[in-house]
Amino acid sequence: MHLPMRLPMNLPMKTEVPPSPVRRDLLAMGVGLAGAVFVRPVAAQSEELAAAVAAFAGGATVRPGRVKLEVAKLVDNGNVVPVSVSVESPMTAADHVTAIAIFNEKNPQRDIAKFAFGPRSGKASVSTRIRLATTQKLVAVARLSDGSFWSDSADVIVVLAACIDGEA
Amino acid sequence: MARTLLNIPKTAQRGEVIEIRTLIAHKMDSGFLPDAQGQRIPRDIIQRFACRYNGEQVFSAELFAAVSANPYLVFYLVATESGMLEFEWQGDNGFTQTERVPITVT
Amino acid sequence: MRRSARLAALSMLAVLLGCTMPAPVPLPALGFGLATTDRSGPAEPDRRRSGFEFMGEQTQAMQRDDSANPAMLGVQDGEMLWNTAPGPQAKACVACHAAAQSSMKGVAARYPAWDGQLARPVNLGTRINLCRQRHQQLPPLTADHQQLLNLEAYVGLQSRGLPVMPDPDPRLLPFRERGAQRFVQRLGQLDLSCAQCHDQLAGLKLAGSVIPQAHPTGYPIYRLEWQALGSLQRRLRGCMTGVRAEPFAAGSVEFVELELHLATRAMGMALETPAVRP
Repeated sequence: MHLPMRLPMNLPMKTEVPPSPVRRDLLAMGVGLAGAVFVRPVAAQSEELAAAVAAFAGGATVRPGRVKLEVAKLVDNGNVVPVSVSVESPMTAADHVTAIAIFNEKNPQRDIAKFAFGPRSGKASVSTRIRLATTQKLVAVARLSDGSFWSDSADVIVVLAACIDGEA
Repeated sequence: MARTLLNIPKTAQRGEVIEIRTLIAHKMDSGFLPDAQGQRIPRDIIQRFACRYNGEQVFSAELFAAVSANPYLVFYLVATESGMLEFEWQGDNGFTQTERVPITVT
Repeated sequence: MRRSARLAALSMLAVLLGCTMPAPVPLPALGFGLATTDRSGPAEPDRRRSGFEFMGEQTQAMQRDDSANPAMLGVQDGEMLWNTAPGPQAKACVACHAAAQSSMKGVAARYPAWDGQLARPVNLGTRINLCRQRHQQLPPLTADHQQLLNLEAYVGLQSRGLPVMPDPDPRLLPFRERGAQRFVQRLGQLDLSCAQCHDQLAGLKLAGSVIPQAHPTGYPIYRLEWQALGSLQRRLRGCMTGVRAEPFAAGSVEFVELELHLATRAMGMALETPAVRP
């Protein structure tokens, strides 16, 4: 859902208080106004996300499941978002995760990171910190040694830093 | 040489799955942001990370501009024998750094 | 785009502040320059809360773990700087101060403090620069210089866990009073004072993020917004620019007065340097 990026300029600045439902709407406009660096049509970005996932999977079917993408639903700051991905797997030579890739929906670029694993990993699990330009969907895709692909997705709300910040 | 924080258990049992935490100081300029004068700051990121255990690669990562500054990576490996863990970061503008930490496996 | 969105949020806030506010967070009775609070009346619960408590769980986890806190990269550098002579003619900090773990314990918690020569309060960064000039014959580093921040973080770490206990020197009183006045002074095009948000609205939300009480218990902080270590003055400059006010000059006495008031207001709270903040 796209919210308008500017408030009307005739907003009263003195003591007049708008009635409650209007105030709730005004407050709601604050969420999601983090502002993507590039504004692109939503449909194009979702297609790109699907294309990035498909490219990673080399055209193979990507099934939801077995992958756990952990990220806070509401993050303190989009510049540093802790994220973890783990996949259930015995991590033996015969059956293990070979790679995990994380993609995003609304950053200037879909790729976030790609990780390579093997039986010597012991656990198919990785954590890192990423940047999210705005409220959006994240997708984690895992490739297994049998050639199958599995995924998980998460929706993350990104708000502004808590304080009035004059720095760009 | 960029500062690094490496958290590795000094000793481990053979067969134990151990957690490795790495943090390296790097601005990870995405290439999408302007400076104070409005000029786009060119991309300058770490693109590759690899962990080698007695010479054999056990984990690697390809990082993009969406990774936060001072990249933090937590991953796992099976303690198999005593020896050396080597961590290597490579990136734009010829950035390269290698750190070595010994590990004792009993 | 970020700035206009923030401005929009601030405009909303300016509107909302017209209506009746919840009671401000009561602070313990603090006499200027006194180290103790007035205990003659019934005990009032200390409602002061560190910015730590207003952050999300994951940000808190980042601060708690020294192996995960990016500020510790700066501390590492600060430790190296402490132990390294900056030039062939100059001595390293360790030459005069020995091990920071003992000599610097409690120091950061006492700042801003009185400087006799300048006849005014100085913050820790300025103190380090004065040492550079007076005892190492080196030029001062700029206020936000990475090395200065790293040294401040290293020195500050030695006071981690100790209560903020600003210098009680009575000569600081007029500076403290001016700082207290600045805290309640409306400023900028948005005509807001620190107190309006950080006393009256702390705990409520501004554009989806929680407003903290503004106790500088963790500086220099690793701020997620900056993705870097930064000083209290950098944060205050951001606040002032954010309300569309001309920020005080870097290193100015106006800033130190405000820092002094904030430290007094946070008296007794535990230092968390180097903290992580959104």
